[in-house]
Amino acid sequence: MPWIDACAADEIEPEDLIRFDHGGRTYAIYRSPDDAFYCTDGLCTHEQVHLADGLVQDHEIECPRHNATFDYRTGQALRAPACTALATYPARVENGRVWIEI
Amino acid sequence: MAQRDYAMSGADARRAVETGLAAAEWYHTDIPRKEMKALMARADQPAIRDTGLLFGCMALFAGLGIALWPSWGSAPFWLAYGVLYGSAMDSRWHECGHGTAFRTRWMNDWLYQIASFCMVRNPVQWRWSHARHHTDTIIVGRDPEIQAMRPPALGRIALNFLGLLDAWQGWTKMLRNAAGRLDPDEADYVPEHEAPRLIRVARIWVAIYAATIALALATSSLLPLMVIGLPRLYGAWHHVMTGLLQHAGLADNVTDHRLNTRTVYMNPVSRFIYWNMNYHIEHHMFPMVPFHALPRLHDRIRADLPAPSPSILAAYREVLPILWRQLRNEEHFLTRALPPTARPYRAELHRHAPGVPAE
Repeated sequence: MPWIDACAADEIEPEDLIRFDHGGRTYAIYRSPDDAFYCTDGLCTHEQVHLADGLVQDHEIECPRHNATFDYRTGQALRAPACTALATYPARVENGRVWIEI
Repeated sequence: MAQRDYAMSGADARRAVETGLAAAEWYHTDIPRKEMKALMARADQPAIRDTGLLFGCMALFAGLGIALWPSWGSAPFWLAYGVLYGSAMDSRWHECGHGTAFRTRWMNDWLYQIASFCMVRNPVQWRWSHARHHTDTIIVGRDPEIQAMRPPALGRIALNFLGLLDAWQGWTKMLRNAAGRLDPDEADYVPEHEAPRLIRVARIWVAIYAATIALALATSSLLPLMVIGLPRLYGAWHHVMTGLLQHAGLADNVTDHRLNTRTVYMNPVSRFIYWNMNYHIEHHMFPMVPFHALPRLHDRIRADLPAPSPSILAAYREVLPILWRQLRNEEHFLTRALPPTARPYRAELHRHAPGVPAE
């Protein structure tokens, strides 16, 4: 799968995420408290709500509508009403840009 | 218009799905991400403080009630204990169900289990029910938590001030679930793989109630049931009083919480019992914001919301005449005026609710 230049690293605050749309799909790109970058599908697996409006705490993303929680490093669903894991994608930083393989 | 069908598998439920009213996009006041993050931030301290106070008061009031039992002198302490058990636990159940009360997950889960037991709401089933309430707030046939249906069952609502129907329903469901069965509405929103957990909790509860009843029989005293079980009845009035104001008399089948939800200013004691859920439009619009940040959220977005009801009494003065009129005309509801600073209601949000706005 191709690597896509998604955004500047400093567009994302530490312990936060942004929405990234590409090729008719939506993704979420995260910057963890320890300054690592991750990428998952952008919609909650429970009811297709954009995770970009949610809350990042440590390595978890909480959906803004029903508080479903995922580990954004692995995609694992941690709290109901989410039961299905999020798809995850490789992410890396090069020259201040975040690249994701989608 | 035909009478509303509130069944999860009924005609209105199907219509809501067909018209796109189910799982729709809802109106939100715009708040910059940085501010929103600050409002959503979690903390343990406010909930630890309030939970310590809550359990401390419960122990004190129950202790005094037991000490003075069976004289009438114990009655005020039972009433106070009952409100904390049968009403404050409702708001703790709610906030912990959202996972927003504490930052630490096990603390949320621990209080959620206790509060669910007190309120006789299976913690598995009700988590799914409440998720649906937030997806499809007051959408007929989709929202399983509509208290004041149209036409309103005023007798049922009145009986619930003493928990007589909803607690009874909770205990009946508990027994059915403990026997390994779910009713069809539950099966509509509880995923199949969650059923074993739901049933296990029901069985644990049955064991606790059986032990309490056995102790009452062994001691020939009502006292064990005054501590566990009965306060769900004699202390329910406050959570029904505040909960009824959340949506009653307002629009149904709309996708703007300003149209179907009510914020009410309340006294500090009620706000402690209700854990700030009087800021109910704010809560529905942004369910990620914890109880302790709701007053700040209210201050931030109030210019975009209808004026809050100034008190519980004022809210009832508004609600009761509407419910009364809905007995004869279920299309009647109240559209609350917005301040000039607010973004206007979008007319298309009313198209599913062609009712008669109240004056």
